[in-house]
Amino acid sequence: MTYRLKIRRFDGVRAFWQTFALDGGGGLTVARALELLNERPCLTDERGQEAAPIAWDCACLEKKCGACAMVIGGKPRLACAVPLRDAADRDGCVTLEPLKKFPCIRDLQVDRRRLTDTLTEMELWLEQAAETREETRQLHYRAASCLLCGLCLEVCPQFSGKGAFGGAAPAIAAFDVYDHAQPGAHRDAVARQYRRRFYDGCAKSLACQDVCPVKIPIERLLVKTTAAAVWKRNRKERK
Amino acid sequence: MRRVVIIGAGIAAMSAALTLAEQGWKSVLVSPMISERAQSVMAEGGINAALDTMGEGDSVRAHFCDTMAAGCGLADPNAVADLTAHGPETVRALASLGVPFHTTASGDITLRPFGGQKKRRTAFVRSSTGRQIVTALARACRREEKAGRIVRLSHHWLQQILTAEGRCTGCIVRDGRMGRFDVLAGPVLLASGGLNGLFGKTTGSVQNTGAATALAYAVGAACGNLEMIQYHPTTVPISGKRVLISEAARGEGGRLFLRRGGEKWYFMEEKYPELKNLMPRDVVSWEIEQVCRETGEDRAWLDLTGVDPAVFDERLEDLRAFCLEFLHLDPQKEPVPVYPGIHYFMGGVYVDRAHRSTLPGLYAAGECACQYHGANRLGGNSLLGAVYGGRRAAETLLRDDGPPAPPPDAQARWTAALREIENRPGRVSCRAAEGRMNEAMNDCLGIRRCEEELAAGAKTLADLSTSLAAGYDPSAGAPEQYLLERRLILARAMVDSARARRESRGAQYRTDYPKRDDGAFQKTTLARWRAGKTEITFADIPKEETP
Ligand SMILES: Cc1cc2nc3c(=O)[nH]c(=O)nc-3n(C[C@H](O)[C@H](O)[C@H](O)COP(=O)(O)OP(=O)(O)OC[C@H]3O[C@@H](n4cnc5c(N)ncnc54)[C@H](O)[C@@H]3O)c2cc1C
Ligand code: SF4
Ligand code: FES
Repeated sequence: MTYRLKIRRFDGVRAFWQTFALDGGGGLTVARALELLNERPCLTDERGQEAAPIAWDCACLEKKCGACAMVIGGKPRLACAVPLRDAADRDGCVTLEPLKKFPCIRDLQVDRRRLTDTLTEMELWLEQAAETREETRQLHYRAASCLLCGLCLEVCPQFSGKGAFGGAAPAIAAFDVYDHAQPGAHRDAVARQYRRRFYDGCAKSLACQDVCPVKIPIERLLVKTTAAAVWKRNRKERK
Repeated sequence: MRRVVIIGAGIAAMSAALTLAEQGWKSVLVSPMISERAQSVMAEGGINAALDTMGEGDSVRAHFCDTMAAGCGLADPNAVADLTAHGPETVRALASLGVPFHTTASGDITLRPFGGQKKRRTAFVRSSTGRQIVTALARACRREEKAGRIVRLSHHWLQQILTAEGRCTGCIVRDGRMGRFDVLAGPVLLASGGLNGLFGKTTGSVQNTGAATALAYAVGAACGNLEMIQYHPTTVPISGKRVLISEAARGEGGRLFLRRGGEKWYFMEEKYPELKNLMPRDVVSWEIEQVCRETGEDRAWLDLTGVDPAVFDERLEDLRAFCLEFLHLDPQKEPVPVYPGIHYFMGGVYVDRAHRSTLPGLYAAGECACQYHGANRLGGNSLLGAVYGGRRAAETLLRDDGPPAPPPDAQARWTAALREIENRPGRVSCRAAEGRMNEAMNDCLGIRRCEEELAAGAKTLADLSTSLAAGYDPSAGAPEQYLLERRLILARAMVDSARARRESRGAQYRTDYPKRDDGAFQKTTLARWRAGKTEITFADIPKEETP
């Protein structure tokens, strides 16, 4: 069938909508649809006007790298994991927009530096060898599966891209560090950062957990981190 | 503070940067995206080391022997000895950085069986080992970033390697967002991954275009064994690309079969009673291609229905989730249709045991380097090669003298090179040329190769180079066109390497030379770009030094 891809474009100065027609099966992913449009020798919109290639980010094309996050049919998702048929409205129209909580570079490309900067500002690293306990090994695996795609920040009612609140992704990275770390000044500093950059601002909507493409059990990780880092129910004291 | 420019931000790059930072050196990591989006995150099945935690009497020597045997005599035995000897400490160091490897009941690291290995030797985190290692290394790098010892130039691409008097003196990088060029002085370590982009789509990342290796080749660094391309036996097509079904699936009991006369034919088990479905990848891929051709089928089947459900839950959960989401099938209930696909490049920038390229001042580690794997890589050895190789290259950099400063007119000469392209009278299409390059490469460098097809491929590539040189593509821009022209040169070197190796060994199967010929070809194929021409020679494999 013929799909219509209605794309929010931004050329560095001007933002506008442009719609492209594409014939293909509904099983095509949004990522593949973008590739097919860009592969055309001369890209024209549905009114036949010449258009610049569509800028968007991708790397793995199989839901492993988080590069292709965008707003698809009004929902933040990964373009390589969404078939057109799941994204189209009743008339076969698929709208694509860049994530809105991050500065737009061009078209569907955004600058997610804010997310990685937060990880560094929160000092999310280990000062000594990691202590991995059997009881939390699986949770570490889950936390470390984060793609840094930013979808959780896009849906978060508290995250604006400004101010101290860093959202779910840095908070689960904080779990990974805090639960691996040995007691001491650096772990205390991470606890303070967690409180300031996450706990104090979180309204617990848990929209992050619903949107996460790799189904990280965000709520469980946050409950554990809050208990330990905020309420000091640390494993040593817990026995 | 001494400084190294590292091209790439994957596992090899981070491993090198951390080693340099330990000694107070500074690294600049140049990459189009952050580490968490490098191809390394896609690695699934695991990382090899003779940890011998499964009570099978494994040893470093056994790991060495399996690696050398899989490489069909082309790997450097001294480099492989270094790699395998450092395997156990490398994996334990990753565990200390917080990689949550699967553990045995007694709390030690569990090892799973992997292709071509007689002992269980592959440490893993479910089937997303690469992502877990990247997360841990990126976390360690963050500390050094804060201290200023690691600087990241994300959304930057390598644009040119600078040389003076036969030495690499630095490079020019392009900010992909602002379009700006910067000269970075200092020794350069390539950690830019495989040559995927010469073929279009592989099982890996589209960020690995092969441009960095092509730039090194074009300024005189030799490339080794370029013809050795690993086809992974079990890949499946999804929307526009082929995706891997990890070897872990066979490691945990998956069986390959074909339908023959209504019966299931477990051809690997019949033909190779010892290692069965876990023969090295070159053998399994060749067999799948062969039996499919014999029976007229277009795919084989991977049967996972007999795998213990507990193993699925604990170790293959990610694989099941992938099959359900992308293939709409439950691998615990029905077999998965598979066929070989391009997956890994054993060849690349030719380096010595210490990761020096033939161009002084230029180093290479990880998948972009021709090191450790010979004619065929063992699954699990490339993650080890990337972590250990990155570290080893950094140790060499710490010892070597730094290069002289880049020529003062480097920026001006670069601008002139771009102008030359922009001023060409004709108009060309880089997109179309790239598509034709990909097609030609896939056509002539399949699992089975022959002179006729290779010669046709070489001709297509040469014609493409000639036609590009006559014009300019304003929509791609001169910097992109400059890279494509060099990627075409590297593509031709790959085809010429396959033509020159008139024998069959490891990943290279020649229908016109089906036998292995140790006398003439137990050597490394060396490609060099000299005076506008590819020159192919064969270099001896170093003799094994007695430990
Ligand atoms: C699906 C899949 C599964 C795999 N599973 C396993 C496994 O189980 N075990 C195993 O041992 N191996 C596995 N491998 C192979 C292994 O993952 C890679 O060989 C290894 O991760 C390579 O690491 P690297 O650091 O060399 O390169 P990469 O991780 O590929 O990093 C390359 C870096 O260079 C950057 N770059 C590329 N070109 C340029 C340029 N021109 N300018 C600037 N930067 C550039 C990239 O953006 C990236 O940051 C697998 C590979 C794939 C694709
Ligand atoms: S927590 Fe989930 S949604 Fe948020 S960045 Fe990580 S992978 Fe993306
Ligand atoms: S391209 Fe990697 S997640 Fe979509």
